[in-house]
Amino acid sequence: MTFNRRQALVMSMGAAAAAVLPLRLSAAIEDNIAAFTGGAEIGEGGITLTAPEIAENGNTVPVSVSAPGATAIMILAAGNPTPAVGIFHFGPLAGAQSASTRIRLAGTQDVIAIAQMPDGSFVQASQEVKVTIGGCGG
Amino acid sequence: MADNVTPRIRVPREAAAGEVIEIKTLISHQMESGQRRDGDGNIIPRSIINRFVCDFNGETVIDVTLEPAISTNPYFEFTATVPESGTFTFTWYDDDGSVYTDTKEITVS
Repeated sequence: MTFNRRQALVMSMGAAAAAVLPLRLSAAIEDNIAAFTGGAEIGEGGITLTAPEIAENGNTVPVSVSAPGATAIMILAAGNPTPAVGIFHFGPLAGAQSASTRIRLAGTQDVIAIAQMPDGSFVQASQEVKVTIGGCGG
Repeated sequence: MADNVTPRIRVPREAAAGEVIEIKTLISHQMESGQRRDGDGNIIPRSIINRFVCDFNGETVIDVTLEPAISTNPYFEFTATVPESGTFTFTWYDDDGSVYTDTKEITVS
């Protein structure tokens, strides 16, 4: 079987689209992570993310993050229209590098926390939260 | 300007020198995400508190960047080390330029 020029072109375009599509879905998250880490490698361990397994109301989901020694912790909600949730910067008088807040989740999704350590390395933790009623209106 | 923005803060009145204390803050604010639509299908413009800072005697305890995914009436719970008697200053920065501040005294015995 031989391809003429037009068939080859169509096929290569299809292949390119297929390669780009899965990246598109997470592009917003990748952008947020890159803006925070500057493209550095992200390790595991040294960070704790506490979130409920099941949240009945996505409008207010309690989450806690803790990363002893961290200078900053970013929280991301992978399935929200805008994944960024917030960044905690810890000053010299922070008692422990931990904080709790309440966040909105549009639906069942992974919540990700990434901590920046004083030596410039990054660690992350994530947890899936099942949401019964989404919290982004509409 | 958001209506009825009232901060509520819980800080212990006394602590030992160098003790780590727990602080809880809540500020009433609608935190309009900019994703919702009104009855006519128009997007309700974003109006949130975008930054929260807690200082003790001029030194930073925590500095938080808030995005629309923070719930209505932003609540924060965190810890601070108290080296001496002094004042905690809490500052919230609104999208519309408003700044809400509150202070709490603490005595180190």
